[in-house]
Amino acid sequence: MNDRAGAATPARKPKVRATLKGRQPQPQARAEVRQLLGDAPRRRDLLIEFLHRIQDRYGALADHHLVALAAEMGLAMTEVYEVATFYHHFDVVKDGAAAPPTVTVRVCDSLSCELAGAKALLEKLPKLLGKDVRVLHAPCIGRCEQAPAATVHQHPVPNATVEKIQALVKARDLSHPAARDRATFAPESFIEPLDTPGPGSTVSPAYVGYDTYRKAGGYRLIAECLAGARDAEALMQKMEHSGLRGLGGAGFPTGRKWRIVRAEAQPKVAALNIDEGEPGTFKDRVYLERDPHRFIEGMLIAAWVVQAGACYIYLRDEYHGCRAILERELARLKADPPCALPVIELRRGAGAYICGEESAMIESIEGKRGRPRLRPPYVAQVGLFGYPTLEHNFETVYWVRDILEKGPEWFAGFGRNGRKGLRSFSVSGRVKKPGMHLAPAGITVRELIDEYCGGMLDGHRFYAYLPGGASGGILPATMADIPLDFDTLNKHGCFIGSAAVVILSDKDRASDAARNLLAFFKEESCGQCTPCRVGTAKALALMQQPKWDAPLLKELSQAMMDASICGLGQAAPNPILSVTKHFGHEIS
Amino acid sequence: MDRVSNAQAATMPVEFKLNGRTVVGRADETIIETARSHGVEIPHLCYKPGLRPDGNCRACVVEIKGERVLAPSCCRYPQDGMEVTTDSARAVASQKMVLELLLADMPEARHTNESELDQWARKLDVGLPRFPARHQPRADLSHPAIAVNLDACIQCTRCVRACREEQVNDVIGYAFRGEHAKIVFDLDDPMGDSTCVACGECVQACPTGALMPARGVGLAAADRKVDSVCPYCGVGCLLTYHVKDNRIVQVQGRDGPSNHGRLCVKGRYGFDYVSHRHRLTTPLVRKSGVPKTKDFVVDPDHWRDAFREATWDEALDLAGKGLREIRDRHGKKALAGFGSAKGSNEEAYLFQKLVRAGFGSNNVDHCTRLCHASSVAALMEGINSGAVSNQVSDVRNAEVVLVIGANPTVNHPVAATWIKNAAKRGVKLIVADPRRTELARHATHVLQFNADTDVAMLNALMYTIVEEGLVDEAFIRDRTSGYEALRENVKKYSPEAMAPICGIPAPTLRTVARLYATSKASMILWGMGISQHVHGTDNARCLIALAMMTGQIGRPGTGLHPLRGQNNVQGASDSGLIPMVFPDYQRVDNPEARKRFETYWGVALDPKPGLTVVEIMNAAQKGEIRGMYVMGENPAMSDPDVDHARAAMAALDHLVVQDLFLTETAYLADVILPATAWPEKDGTVSNTDRMVQLGRKAIEPPGDAREDLWIINEIARRIGLDWHYAHPREVFNEMRGCMDSIAGITWERLERDSSVTYPCEKEGDPGTPVIFTTHFPTATGRGKFVPADIIPAAERPDRDYPVVLITGRQLEHWHTGAMTRRAGVLDAIEPEPVASIHPLDLAALKAKPGDVITVESRRGSISLYARADEGTPAGAVFIPFCYYEAAANLLTNPVLDPFGKIPEFKYCAVRVTKGGAMPQRLSFGGGQAPLPAPAAA
Repeated sequence: MNDRAGAATPARKPKVRATLKGRQPQPQARAEVRQLLGDAPRRRDLLIEFLHRIQDRYGALADHHLVALAAEMGLAMTEVYEVATFYHHFDVVKDGAAAPPTVTVRVCDSLSCELAGAKALLEKLPKLLGKDVRVLHAPCIGRCEQAPAATVHQHPVPNATVEKIQALVKARDLSHPAARDRATFAPESFIEPLDTPGPGSTVSPAYVGYDTYRKAGGYRLIAECLAGARDAEALMQKMEHSGLRGLGGAGFPTGRKWRIVRAEAQPKVAALNIDEGEPGTFKDRVYLERDPHRFIEGMLIAAWVVQAGACYIYLRDEYHGCRAILERELARLKADPPCALPVIELRRGAGAYICGEESAMIESIEGKRGRPRLRPPYVAQVGLFGYPTLEHNFETVYWVRDILEKGPEWFAGFGRNGRKGLRSFSVSGRVKKPGMHLAPAGITVRELIDEYCGGMLDGHRFYAYLPGGASGGILPATMADIPLDFDTLNKHGCFIGSAAVVILSDKDRASDAARNLLAFFKEESCGQCTPCRVGTAKALALMQQPKWDAPLLKELSQAMMDASICGLGQAAPNPILSVTKHFGHEIS
Repeated sequence: MDRVSNAQAATMPVEFKLNGRTVVGRADETIIETARSHGVEIPHLCYKPGLRPDGNCRACVVEIKGERVLAPSCCRYPQDGMEVTTDSARAVASQKMVLELLLADMPEARHTNESELDQWARKLDVGLPRFPARHQPRADLSHPAIAVNLDACIQCTRCVRACREEQVNDVIGYAFRGEHAKIVFDLDDPMGDSTCVACGECVQACPTGALMPARGVGLAAADRKVDSVCPYCGVGCLLTYHVKDNRIVQVQGRDGPSNHGRLCVKGRYGFDYVSHRHRLTTPLVRKSGVPKTKDFVVDPDHWRDAFREATWDEALDLAGKGLREIRDRHGKKALAGFGSAKGSNEEAYLFQKLVRAGFGSNNVDHCTRLCHASSVAALMEGINSGAVSNQVSDVRNAEVVLVIGANPTVNHPVAATWIKNAAKRGVKLIVADPRRTELARHATHVLQFNADTDVAMLNALMYTIVEEGLVDEAFIRDRTSGYEALRENVKKYSPEAMAPICGIPAPTLRTVARLYATSKASMILWGMGISQHVHGTDNARCLIALAMMTGQIGRPGTGLHPLRGQNNVQGASDSGLIPMVFPDYQRVDNPEARKRFETYWGVALDPKPGLTVVEIMNAAQKGEIRGMYVMGENPAMSDPDVDHARAAMAALDHLVVQDLFLTETAYLADVILPATAWPEKDGTVSNTDRMVQLGRKAIEPPGDAREDLWIINEIARRIGLDWHYAHPREVFNEMRGCMDSIAGITWERLERDSSVTYPCEKEGDPGTPVIFTTHFPTATGRGKFVPADIIPAAERPDRDYPVVLITGRQLEHWHTGAMTRRAGVLDAIEPEPVASIHPLDLAALKAKPGDVITVESRRGSISLYARADEGTPAGAVFIPFCYYEAAANLLTNPVLDPFGKIPEFKYCAVRVTKGGAMPQRLSFGGGQAPLPAPAAA
């Protein structure tokens, strides 16, 4: 009880809280968001789709739209914000801050494009294009055979030059060119080395449309399945005999996966992974651009075998041309179905390498940040929306129809050096004919270069190669005779993964490549676990020193491999270890 | 999933090897838990018992034989024959590397002395980190309660889980990615500008001090930690006071049955009112010649205007003499007493005993009259018990939860967390309230019905249930009476006919009725939106009927729960602080009960029920009541039409007030007795869940303030009662002798367990969380249906007063604000009086949010700031009654519900205009309370 009479309170300005705590939805933003969402159900799993709609319409995600979207969906603001800020392709801008320029040029600076001169483009373009155009570097956009690759908004620029980009910007030619659908195509056409398509500059090859595909016998197999003319058990056995393994990189035997998921209780779902983001990899795009229905039919067969009631296709956002094709062809399929169809939903990624990881992809389909899940439980048991899930890479199901129609022996009949089957090698780097080369499993890199890629570029001598994209490690030219397949590279600390082969020459340094890859991993780490989030950053910092602290890097690498949650963190140290093991002269 | 779906398998013993030793764990217990119970410590940071394990920090990785990579022991369950090694070179290398990586990014100056990262680094002997540090983010010091120093953040997301999964306040997010991944509030806003409600759960969860109490108050080590219970609402959260130099420096949640470690902003940051300079520290006596008048504004800094200091002897003698003389001259009915639901059970019991045995009448009441009296009236009439049938946390066993006329995220914040948790797990939540409140976001159905139309809406639900044959025939047959009359009555109330009245479309009413009736377990929770009407008892009758006709009571996850407001309103009522009943609801007009108490207390007792709160005020106005003893209540702020209440109290010949502060009521006193705050004494309180809980003394009271129990005892002695109660334990033991429901609870058990659920009739009884399982405690064992018809509010809007006034509370302020407006953090967050109004209504007044508006009723007028709130229905204004500068109860209508005698706080007619005098602030409120600072070194 203080006797302080007269301690008059000083004149003051009241601190009035004029609204409820925090940001409140603005009526106009609410109306704008409502208009964009239309009568779409306000389901949580559609959050990323809705963010795309706002980004596409307004060129950015402004705070007031995020607040309105949260209110509209009954989500907390932060739930919307943490998703929006996770993905590269969303431009979250503070109210009042300048919106990004209307045109964005993305220059890929992943390894193959860096070798082909991406850095020079990134240096020159901003000055030349001016303030109305934003130039960003981008992680691999899946056009490594066309390096250096760029996009002007959604328009891909193969073998990009300043002039090509300037011309597109000037013409405001921002969309992916549409593709014609009258082609005929069979995957075998890739088998003969001489017939492989070269680098080319086309971004919209003609593809096999629905009618053409059906006329050539397409969808007969799935129709037979549904008509009771096929036996699921027999199909699973065929897949097992073919030896087909998951072609996203993990190589899990396909037949066995079907058997596992089939044994789970319903309801079940299938999730198809076309988030092809591993630097160096573009095979899925090459097939999808030409022959989408072979993939769709394979997906339907797989879903039928495991009794999945819905198929979710997750397509990376960079593949705008593929998205147009899939949207159109799925609509045609649904309009005139060859048989009863499960629910099929096409989902659009938003720029995140990690979403190629199967459980991260599932999170993303659920409308969340692409954060890999801990296993167990495995996605085959608890996957998308908590249901047992059959998850496949695009190419894995792409081969299903041919294997079942031609027989498992057909597929297993290919192979070299004691290995069986076919591999779709995405080859880029210092070779004459980079591209997607369908070759026998077990081929060596030397054979691949010589027989399929027309040899090394003139003036370049073979120095080193990446057998499996950014994660698969780096090997010296002296080890060019190892059969390339699942399991054959493990003893050298490498793996084939998605069969993305990048060739380095005497003009390159493996340590530079490793730095490029670590920068990529650092940027693409989801940020969940310490070894990966902090480890990639600290590793890169150490690698930027002229002399590497190899013992410390090795110690760090071991912890990253042992203790990271998912393959990204576990494989990120591979380039470091490869360099310290095979290219020690570069870093000491 | 299999593990969860097969509850039995989950608890099966599992034998596995841990560091070469064979141990037995459980299939549902993670490796880290089993290891801990076998004395094997595994480092961990993102793992915290109580939070969902997330496995992101990777400090707890262990080697499992046959697996390619290490496994997080916080997320992995053992399997038979598994071989786990926690201390192999490989496992330890990763554990240490994780710690080193995180240490590399720690700031040099730590924000806490108890960083778990530092502790583990020491234990594992991790030296100086060999990596360069990251670029550090700036501190965010925008919030009055919490400092955000993300330079110490290790991205473990414990705060995210605390905010989102535990409290479900959904403010904290984990945004961006990779090394930029960051803890954010809303859209990466400063915490102080965000939707943060400052529950502090994130601070309690943070392992490294990145989130800490503001201004470094967490850096000072406490001298003592004292376990107690929160002094605010009826949820009854257990907590621990951290005390240094006789000051509470910090409060942490404790694992109590109603809160499991959770707290809200009041419980965690509202403790410093006890050391506010306005605390009364010496008895005061009214100066002779200072008149009492209803027109005043109290400035506690100017207490000398009306009072002088006195010794305890003088003050007590004066107080006792005044009461005694009125009793002896004007008769027993000329005195009345208001006890308090903020005091302990022991104080409440002694207070009512003092009135009954010392004053000689039953004129004793307390603020239950203003909150749940009508609910209790309906419950007593229907099932002869005012107690909740189920505890709040039982919502987890429900399939459908109906929350009606309650805003628990504001008024019962921790109880609301259980409701939100249930909703997140898929329990269907129906929120019915004229205001759209925060809980609505979590609801499957939101019924924003027109204010005052509860009976219409509830009858329409019952109509549907009857019409569609969804009643529980067996329950009605075996356990109830009077169903036919109810059935006939609801026939008048089809959803189609009621839709235009209550504003909810008929199909929605039908859907909700079906949902409620047909679920395996439906639970109803309600608050003052139901009770504070002239038809409050009818509202509650409808809810009781709804539950009984569908058999939705008497099992886990299904029943009736009127959410109690005050920390001890349940206990004060149990203890007999009610004019109609002795302790344990034994009616004063029941000769048997009266005889029991006459024998037990050794005095003759009045067989007539006494007057209720508002009736006492009316009697005082008329001069029938001439003297009062008010302990810890502030009717001059909390009563409806306070102008009238103040006039009544000013008319008293003799008023004794016992309180912490010079309240509006104290200002009208003849004698003021400085009492103790909750952390300054021992005693028990009973929460809304029927748990008796022990509060322990943590600090000494200031100056010459005295414990309330001692003061009551001294007053009693001065009006002729020969009392010698020295400790609450003695009072509690006396209570057990006349209150069967707590007869089995011993003081020793309370000291051991802190919390015991009642009914607990025999020592050793575990206590009964779900009651009415086989019968209702009525003479026949049956519950009685009581039909209700529509009675409109006493004062409907008209041309002169076209707007509906709804009053209530807000999160940061407790009741009349005497405590919370003197707590630095709470006063800083909500400093000024505000009226919530729909933005369109505000625009129609041509006013902006934050402008001064004037709200006027037939009884009074106040000016305060407008707050835009889309949740306030059009044509209504919501005003919290805690602001003396703009006391909402100057406007409210003192009409009473005929059964519960509760005033209609939730509905009266006002007019709203733009402009008015800026609210006049005195020596507290308005952000003047000092913010807690580190204890002086």
